[in-house]
Amino acid sequence: MELIELNHIYKTYHMGDITVPVLKGVSLKIARGELVALMGASGSGKSTLMNILGCLDRPTSGEYWLDGQEVSVLSADERAQVRNHQFGFVFQNFNLLPRTSALENVAMPLSYTAGHLSDRQAHKRAQEMLERVGLGDRLDHEPSQLSGGQQQRVAIARALVNQPPLLFADEPTGNLDSRTSEDVLRMFQQLNEREGITIIIVTHDALVARHAQRVIHIHDGVIVEGAYAAGSETAARSGAPSSLTADWGGAG
Amino acid sequence: MKVYRTARTAMTALRRNPMRAMLTTLGIVIGVGAVIAMMEIGTGSSAAIQKTIATMGANVLLVVPGTAASGGVSFGAGSVTTLTPQDGEAILRDSPALRNVAPIVRARTQVVYGSRNWVPQQMIGTTPAFLDIRDWTHLAEGDAFTERDVLNANKVCLIGQTLARELFQGEPPIGKEIRVKNVSFRVVGVLGAKGANMMGSDQDDILLTPWTTLKYRVTGSTLSNPNQSAAGSTGSTVNTLNKLYPSEAPEIYPKQSETQAANTPLTVRFANIDQLLTAARSPEEIPAAIQQISDVLRERHRIRDGQPDDFTIRNMTEMTNTLTSTTRLMTNLLLCVAMISLVVGGVGIMNIMLVSVTERTREIGLRMAVGARARDILRQFLVEAVVLCLVGGAAGILLGHGGSRLVELLLRWPVATSLPAIAAAVLVSASVGIIFGFYPAWKASRLDPIDALRYE
Repeated sequence: MELIELNHIYKTYHMGDITVPVLKGVSLKIARGELVALMGASGSGKSTLMNILGCLDRPTSGEYWLDGQEVSVLSADERAQVRNHQFGFVFQNFNLLPRTSALENVAMPLSYTAGHLSDRQAHKRAQEMLERVGLGDRLDHEPSQLSGGQQQRVAIARALVNQPPLLFADEPTGNLDSRTSEDVLRMFQQLNEREGITIIIVTHDALVARHAQRVIHIHDGVIVEGAYAAGSETAARSGAPSSLTADWGGAG
Repeated sequence: MKVYRTARTAMTALRRNPMRAMLTTLGIVIGVGAVIAMMEIGTGSSAAIQKTIATMGANVLLVVPGTAASGGVSFGAGSVTTLTPQDGEAILRDSPALRNVAPIVRARTQVVYGSRNWVPQQMIGTTPAFLDIRDWTHLAEGDAFTERDVLNANKVCLIGQTLARELFQGEPPIGKEIRVKNVSFRVVGVLGAKGANMMGSDQDDILLTPWTTLKYRVTGSTLSNPNQSAAGSTGSTVNTLNKLYPSEAPEIYPKQSETQAANTPLTVRFANIDQLLTAARSPEEIPAAIQQISDVLRERHRIRDGQPDDFTIRNMTEMTNTLTSTTRLMTNLLLCVAMISLVVGGVGIMNIMLVSVTERTREIGLRMAVGARARDILRQFLVEAVVLCLVGGAAGILLGHGGSRLVELLLRWPVATSLPAIAAAVLVSASVGIIFGFYPAWKASRLDPIDALRYE
């Protein structure tokens, strides 16, 4: 069973009278336990695709099956629930709450789950997560007291606190130097290998993409490579639709 | 649980920027503080004004005898004597709305001390309760006469400031003997100054004695001339030598001897009084008091249903109206001030919350990305505003209360702690938080998580 299946996703933005097509029929599949990189130049539509995958945005048309559920038709509140339970997000600029301890930052998403956890339990869970990313001794540090790599690890701990099956990382190493980038990427690999968490890394950096098992290239709103995992039944046919959509993109 | 957690999130968010939170709250602190201080000072002043008006007799009810009528000609109020001191006692016993009752016997005659004389405007025989009813218990000198003086018809009197000035001209009056119709009275006290009343007549031109003394020793008899005020106003009694040269009508019929009186006892009413002066406990209780007095007197005077009263109850409606309208005006004025300062405080809150929403756009985006629904965001910002307002309200109550205490200490203004004002302040500051916090919170909840996350 695929965790994610996109069928002919279109996304068009309307700016006054002008319509801007950003995604032009994207179809892809991502299986449970994969570590996938989503690559593309800026303006290629990878951020839009990422927003749709992350249920932050809805496609103009097309189907999005997440774990057997059609999520493109859900209301805003239902999508919020999906994000809370199924996804973890890691951002380029960390997006930690300023002047708030690492522990509180990590525990924050728990306050939006149904209140089955007491404060003590929530803090305990947050502490476990911080220990997992190697920051067990920095619980009370505020973001300004942490280095960039440490901040990103706090953000990863926050993404993991709800124990989601799927992790989105949007340019996770964009604000980090190459050494800490390496650390963070290795952490993603470990999470993927040891705990089976499906990870989607959005990046424009080929070095980052090298850590992934599969790289999905998106160009001008269509997927040009890697839409289906190698060896899967659909992989053999993958060349034809993508070249077809590429033609559409050129024509449009 | 959920509410508690939201409140804690709000507190955490506010603690991240304590200086700003404090300054934001300041608007509400000052607003609520001003309201509380104004209310307390206002209530105090209002109470003081009420007290002042009450000294003029706002709560006072006057019971006067009814009218006699003969062949369709009525003789006006007080033309029959129907009231007795026992009526007064019964009224006081049976009317819970009354604070006190004093019988009144009036006379108008000359008062002499040494080579000086004076006719006081009011010469009133009464009981010590009179001073309580007229709120005159504060004497300038000496002490009031007592119930025992009333029982014994002792020859003691209290004199007003004007009378003291006219008779004694600076001499200490206490213990001196003054003569009223050749009866000598010892001055036991001098009343405090009261000034003119609303009609302009001098209230200090007064002499108070026990009613028994005035009735039995000064105006003379109980039966031959029952209407003492009528007798006093004939002017015939001004001459203190009237015993030597009687100006009264000569006695035509022989008087009963004591033996005759003992043999044929008459069912006499032992004493009549001119008026009953009563005081209600509060202006609000005046209607109840009137009803109760009326019930008691009708029963005591055996008046059947449908028959007219043989007495009249007068109240000071004009004064009461003045009193209530003054109080209402004062309260409304303070309410306006309160509203303005709270609205100003509320606008301050809204302003800062809007800034805060803009500043924390990324945080909002993040919270939405990790699963906060629009209503979670709305609630968070709303709770933040309400927490600010409530904390500000609490601080404002302390500030306002402290301020009014300070005013009391330094300026010696009367203040009164007003619990309703405090309750209202809490309620109003919470509603200000909700009203002025709603727009920013709504704005925050409408943000698109994608734009919000990318906001710089």
